[in-house]
Amino acid sequence: MTDAVIKCESVYKIFGVNAKKMLEEANGNVDAKTFQENGCIVGVNNASFEVSKGEMLVVMGLSGSGKSTLLRCISRLTDATGGKIYIEGQDLLSLKDKELIELRRNKMGMVFQSFALLPHKTVLENIAFPLQIKGIETEKSINKAMDMVKLVGLDGRENYFPRELSGGQQQRVGIARSLAVEPDIWFLDEPFSALDPLIRKEMQDEFLRLQEKLKKTIMFITHDFDEALKLADRIAIMKDGIIEQLDTPAKIVLNPATEYVKKFTEEVPREKVLIIEDVMDAPTSDNLSDLKVSKDEIIENVAEKILSQEKSVGVIDSNNKIVGTVHPSKIIHTVFGGRKENS
Amino acid sequence: MELLKKYPKLFQWLFLLIVFFGLCFAIDVPETYKFIRGQAEFIKDPNQSTYILFGKEVRYYAFDNFWRLPPLLGWLPIWINDGLFFLLNEWMPMEFWDSATQEYKTRPLVLQISRNVTAFMTFLIELIREILLGGVETIVAFTSWNFVSAYPWAKLPGLPWTIVAAGAAILAYKLSGKGLAIFAGLVMIYISVFGQWKPSMQTLSFILVAAPLSFIFGLSLGVMAYKSKRVEKALYPILLVMQTMPQYAVLVPAMVLFGIGDHAAVIITMVVAIPPMILLTLLGLRGVSPEVIEAGKMSGCSNWQLLTEVLIPTARRDILIGVNQVIMVCFSMAVISAFIGAKGLGWNLLLALNQLNIGLALEAGLCISLIAILLDKMSLAWANKQTDYFGNLTFFQRYKNTIFFGGAVLIGAILALAGSFFFKEGFNYLYEVPHNKGISTADFWNKGVDWIFDTFFVYIKAFNTWLITEVLQPMRALYLRMPAVATLVLVVGAGYIIGGIRSAFTVGGLTLFIALSPWWDRALVTTYMATFGVIISCTIGFIVGTLCQQNKYTTNFMLGVCDIFQTFPSFVYLIPVMMLFGVTDTSVLIAVIVYATIPATRYTIEGLKSVPAALHDAATMSGVTKLQRLFKIEFPLAFPHMMLGLNQTIVFALFMVIIGAFIGTEDLGQYILKALSDKAGGGKGLVLGICVAFIGLIFDNLIRTWVEKRKKHLGID
Repeated sequence: MTDAVIKCESVYKIFGVNAKKMLEEANGNVDAKTFQENGCIVGVNNASFEVSKGEMLVVMGLSGSGKSTLLRCISRLTDATGGKIYIEGQDLLSLKDKELIELRRNKMGMVFQSFALLPHKTVLENIAFPLQIKGIETEKSINKAMDMVKLVGLDGRENYFPRELSGGQQQRVGIARSLAVEPDIWFLDEPFSALDPLIRKEMQDEFLRLQEKLKKTIMFITHDFDEALKLADRIAIMKDGIIEQLDTPAKIVLNPATEYVKKFTEEVPREKVLIIEDVMDAPTSDNLSDLKVSKDEIIENVAEKILSQEKSVGVIDSNNKIVGTVHPSKIIHTVFGGRKENS
Repeated sequence: MELLKKYPKLFQWLFLLIVFFGLCFAIDVPETYKFIRGQAEFIKDPNQSTYILFGKEVRYYAFDNFWRLPPLLGWLPIWINDGLFFLLNEWMPMEFWDSATQEYKTRPLVLQISRNVTAFMTFLIELIREILLGGVETIVAFTSWNFVSAYPWAKLPGLPWTIVAAGAAILAYKLSGKGLAIFAGLVMIYISVFGQWKPSMQTLSFILVAAPLSFIFGLSLGVMAYKSKRVEKALYPILLVMQTMPQYAVLVPAMVLFGIGDHAAVIITMVVAIPPMILLTLLGLRGVSPEVIEAGKMSGCSNWQLLTEVLIPTARRDILIGVNQVIMVCFSMAVISAFIGAKGLGWNLLLALNQLNIGLALEAGLCISLIAILLDKMSLAWANKQTDYFGNLTFFQRYKNTIFFGGAVLIGAILALAGSFFFKEGFNYLYEVPHNKGISTADFWNKGVDWIFDTFFVYIKAFNTWLITEVLQPMRALYLRMPAVATLVLVVGAGYIIGGIRSAFTVGGLTLFIALSPWWDRALVTTYMATFGVIISCTIGFIVGTLCQQNKYTTNFMLGVCDIFQTFPSFVYLIPVMMLFGVTDTSVLIAVIVYATIPATRYTIEGLKSVPAALHDAATMSGVTKLQRLFKIEFPLAFPHMMLGLNQTIVFALFMVIIGAFIGTEDLGQYILKALSDKAGGGKGLVLGICVAFIGLIFDNLIRTWVEKRKKHLGID
C-alpha cells in the first residue's frame, strides 16, 4: 500500500548495553528470555504494520507490553534498535536531527498520559508553545492558540495555569497543544488513563467528535480494551513486545487469534461492538420477512426488531440492495452463544 | 538473647560506647600535654619534635600516638603554598603584549590569566559603581589617564540618589506591583537618609557583578553536569566539600592568586556561590518529568529550545532556590570579603565592630539585610512574571514604566542641579547624602547598649560566668580529653553501624585527615562549640517547629520568619549578641544558636507537614489523642526529614563558629583568620578550611546514610 502514512517493518526496540549486537546475532529470532539473561530487555519485538491516511490505530496492551515504547519508536523519542519506520514514505531512522525537528514541528502532535504541560505557562501559552517554537510571531500564534482553546471548549480559562485546572481540563490543553500545529499524524499515549471514568467517557466522545472533524492519522495507546473497541478503526493487541493480533474490532471480537486476546474478548458485550455485516449470512433465495436492516447497524440497535421476526431478515447496503440475511437465531447465538464458535 | 535479636543495633551502639569509654580511660593524658594557646607553635621550642617530608620541615609537639597522632600532614599546607607560588611566579612563562608599556613582556601563564581576570572584574565593578556614584575609571579603561586629565568633562556623572531610588521602585513595580515598589522606595530612602549611600552603592555594584556571574556559571555548569555523567562525577566531590567549607577559608588562597580588593572579592564570592547553584540546578533538572521533556521534543524543540523553554523553566522552583542562595552568599561575602579590602558596607560594618560601635554596625548591618531582602524579592518576582497577551494597551500604558523612569531621571537631575544652588555651602543632599552626614541613630543604640550594660551588667555577667565555668569549660575539657584513637574508633564504629563498611571507610578517612593535620586540638574545640550550638538549636527549633505546626497560620508565619532571617548575612548576627554579651565565647555561641535554629525550625515544620493527610485521618479515626498522634504517627514519619534539618543545622553552626573567630575563639576559625594576615597563609587557610569542611562532611555522611535507610524502611519516596 503506497498511501500508508506510518509504515513499520519489523521494528525492534531492545534496552541494554549490547542491544544492537545481540539483535544482529539473534538473526530475527528474538526470544525475550535469552535476552533477559544477557541483561537486555525486549521492549518491542518484530512489529510490522501500516496505518493509512485518516485511520485510527489503537494499540492495546497491559502495562509493560511495549505499547508506549512502540509509540516512542515511531515518534523517534527513542531510536528503534532494528527495523525500518517510514513516515509518509520518509525513512524516519535516517533523518538528521534538523529534519526530525522539522517533521515534528509540522507533521506530528502528541498527547501524554500525565498531560506533560509546562507548569510555568498558562493554558494559552502552553497551546501556543509549539507554534512559538516554530518561530511564528507572537500575535499569530496566540490567535491560533485561542482558536484551539475554543475547539476544546476551554474558553474563559485561557489565562489559568495548569495547576489550577482539573485533570480533564488539563488533558484538553494537552490535546489542544498537540493540534496547534495542525499535524497530519496524531499520537496519543494513554491520554485518558489518568482521568476518572465519567470524565474519561466524556473525553472519549469529545475525541470522536474531534476526529470526525479533523480526520487525522492516529496512533492511540491504551490499556483499556473497551476504550480500544469504542474508538478504533483497527486494534493492535500487544503482549511482551509482540503484536498478538492486528485487526478491526469486530474481527478481533469474533476471531481472537490467540488465547491471550481471547481473554479480553470474553467479557465484551458483542451486541455493542458488532454490526450486522459481521454476522450476516450470504443472501439466499429463502423468503425473507418484510423487515430490512442496514448492514452498518450495530446489533444492539436492531436486535429487538429482528428477534420479533420469525423468518430471516434481509440485510441491505446503502443502495437498498440485499447483500445478505440474518436469522433471528443468529442474533441470539451471537449475543448469548458459545464463544468458541465463529460466525 | 531475645533482646539482642530484637534490638541488634542498640547492642552494637552499647558495645561501641563501652569500647570508646574503655579507650578513654585506658589512655592517660600525657603529663606534657597542654592546649597550646595563641601563636605558641610558631615559637621554636626545644621540646618540639621535627620531621622532614618532601623537603619541608614540620615542627610539632610529640605525644603518645594513642593520645594524639603526629601531624603527618603538616607538610601539606606548606607544599600547597609553594605550589601556588610556583604556579603564579614561575610556571609556563610566556610572551604577552603589555598595552601599558607597548611591548612584549615575559610572564608566567597563571599570573597573566589572573591579571586578565582581575582587570575584567575590576572593569565590570567600576562600570556599575560609576554609573551609580560617578567617576572616571571606566573612561580611562577605554582611553587613558592623559585623555581624562586633558578633558575634565570626560567622566561619568553618577546618578543622584533620587533617580536610583525612583528607578528601583519602578523596576519593583514592573516586576511585582505596588507592595514591592513601596518597599524598594523605602529601602533606598532609608539608605540615603542614613548616610549609607556610598558604601551601599559600592556593595551593590559588587553584588550586581558577582550574583549574575555566579548565576550564569552555576546554571551552565549545572546543565553540563545534567547532560554528562562524566562532568557530574568530576564536579561532585568538589561540590560536596565546597558546601561545607566555611567561606572564610577560601579567602586566603584566593588572595594569593588574585590579590586584594573588590575584584578578588567577586572571584571568591563566585567560588562560594557557584556550588549550591550547580547542585540546585542539577536537582531541579533531574526532577523534570520525562513526559514533559518528550512533550517538548514532540513540539519540535531544538536542543537549545528544549533547554531554555522546557527544562529550565520547569525546574525553576529549585533554580530559584539556587538564585536565592547565590544572593545570600553574595551578601554574606560582601561582609566577609571586607577582610581582603573590598569596599562598601561590609568594610564599615567591620570597622564599627572593631571599634565596638554597635550603633554604627547595626545601621550598616540593617542596610545590608534590607538590600538583600529587596534583591531576593525582586529576583523571585522576575522569575514569576507573567505576560498579558490580550491587554489592549494604549501607547502610554505600554511604555508607562519607561516614561516614568524618564520622568524620574529628569526630575532627579533637576533636583540635583537645584540642590547644587541651594546647598551652596557644604553638601548637595539632593545628589548624594555623604557618609556620616545623614541622620544617625548610632548614638541612640550605643547609649542603649550602655544602659543595658549598666542596668543588667550583674545579671549578664553572672549568666556569662555560670555558662562558661559550669557548662562550656567542662564540655570543652571533655572533648579535649578524648584520645585521638578513641575518637577514631567512635566515628568509624558509628559509620559502620549506620551505613556499613563503605560509610565506615568514608568517615574514618575524613577523621584521619583531621587527626593527621596539625590542628586536631583546634578541630576538637570547633566541634565542641558546634555541638553545643547544635544541641540547643535543635531543641529550640524542634519545640518551636512542633508548636507552630499545630496551626496553619503560625506555620506560615514561622516559615516567613525563617525566610527573612535566612536572608540576613551571617555576619549581621554578631552585632546584637556583641551588644548584649560583649566579646566572649558566650556571644559566639548565642550567635551560633540563633543562626542554626533557623534550619532546625524550618525542617521540623516541613517534616511534620510532609506527613500525608490520609495518615492523619486514619490516626484520628483510630481514636488517638493529639499527643498520641504526634508521638506515634507524626514524629516517626517526619523524622527523616527532620534529620536533614539537623544536617543543615550542623553546617550553619559550623559556619557561625568559624565566623565567631572575629570575636575571638580558639578554634580552627581563629587560625583561618590568622592565615589571612600571613604571607604564607594560602595553604594553611585552605587546609584549615578543608578540616572544617570534613567535620561537616562526617556528620553529613552519617546523617544522610541514616536518613536514606530510614526512608527506605518507612517506604517514603
